Amino acid sequence: MIHKTIFFLTLILLCSLVVSAQSLLEELEQEPDTLSITEQATFKGTRLINGHSVETDGEGVLSFLISHRFGRLNEGAYEFFGLDDSNIRLGLEYGLTDRLNVGIGRSSFEKVIDAFIKYQLIRQQSGGKVVPLSLTVFSSMAINTLRSQLPERELNFRYRVDYTYQLLLARKFSSRLSLQLMPTWLHRNLVAKADMENDLYVLGMGGRYKLSKRVALNLEYYYRLNAEAEEDFYYNPIAIGFDIETGGHVFQLQLTNARAMIEEGFLSETSGDFFSGDIHFGFNISRVFQLK
Amino acid sequence: MTKYLIFTWLLLCGTSVVQAQKYRLSDSEVSFYSDAPLEDIEAYNAEAKSIFDAETGEIAFVVPIKKFEFKKALMQEHFNENYLESDQYPNAKFEGKLKNFNSDKTVQEVVASGKLSIHGVTRQIEVPGTVRQHPSGFEMKATFPVKVADYDIKIPKMVFYNIAEEVEVRVNFQYQPYDP
Repeated sequence: MIHKTIFFLTLILLCSLVVSAQSLLEELEQEPDTLSITEQATFKGTRLINGHSVETDGEGVLSFLISHRFGRLNEGAYEFFGLDDSNIRLGLEYGLTDRLNVGIGRSSFEKVIDAFIKYQLIRQQSGGKVVPLSLTVFSSMAINTLRSQLPERELNFRYRVDYTYQLLLARKFSSRLSLQLMPTWLHRNLVAKADMENDLYVLGMGGRYKLSKRVALNLEYYYRLNAEAEEDFYYNPIAIGFDIETGGHVFQLQLTNARAMIEEGFLSETSGDFFSGDIHFGFNISRVFQLK
Repeated sequence: MTKYLIFTWLLLCGTSVVQAQKYRLSDSEVSFYSDAPLEDIEAYNAEAKSIFDAETGEIAFVVPIKKFEFKKALMQEHFNENYLESDQYPNAKFEGKLKNFNSDKTVQEVVASGKLSIHGVTRQIEVPGTVRQHPSGFEMKATFPVKVADYDIKIPKMVFYNIAEEVEVRVNFQYQPYDP
């Protein structure tokens, strides 16, 4: 009996060996996966909606960004639901390496000039070496260049500058779903009222869901952690948008309560209440040029 | 009973003798080139896996699509996301036989005949190539055209990077013997 069992076990072992020797392709496919694959395209663009995504432009890529936010939808038909009024930011970004990007921009909102640097520290990987998240660090500087209302009291330059530091943590859960967390520290050299904090801490969260190969739905929300003193006139920015990709362009259409298109502006100066209709329609268009 | 066991073990040994005729890649390059009106597109991949059986002339390879490297990051992204859909179809595969392979010759022209799978579509193909035998193994080279439409790869008219309807695939494999 025992002999028989051993015989059949050996036979089964043999059979399995013969089967595995049948096809070379099967032999290859049965091997454990040791290859590390870096995730690509966690998001379509370098912006989620208002804020940045973990994505960076590749080395030698110059991208030109045109962003608009129109007036409020609840201004009604006379203002053509906000479209009569437009707020614009023009920006240029460049990929010094695949991971390191720099950019500048100029917004019509408060005539702000901004500059940023962005570095992709960790990239999500699967396969042999598993890295569960992508991490990008971001820092920007914004300079308000509005003329003083009182010419005899011109603002000292340092009171015009604000700084933003962000960690962008993202995971591509599937080819459709990606989520991102954005812990942010915003330092304002000058605040509007004495009881406001110079340092504002914000936790942002957002994500995208791909509806088709070229269209994605994005959501973005920033929760301002220590903004009690300004709660009555400034709100947490909310945005919902669509990315439409056409090759060298990404069109981003969005609805948001924020007017500004840079961190310093939408985090600290969003004056619209999304849920009472203070919503701005807007878009970002990027065009990339490969310089290298 | 013991006789059966001995017989079985002998058979087992027999199988491993056959397997000793197999070769694996020590070095490989799969590349493709597309000559398009707006700009040429080139990509390289050094992560192919392959087994070649010198006894039977059988050959199989697996090429991970995400490991194709392009000069331009955006092209690579579009290639994976939109054209090859590599999340869904991670590998290109070939399984077939070198039809007129003769293990006594040092240099010979052969035709690889078998099934090529790309983007979830499998097609029977015949690819002419060269096999060079040297003391440490084999070197195989082949260049063949692949029609994008044959593999259900759709390229919309709107795209920024114009892509040719046919790409030229180049394969360069270096094989070494291995013991499984």
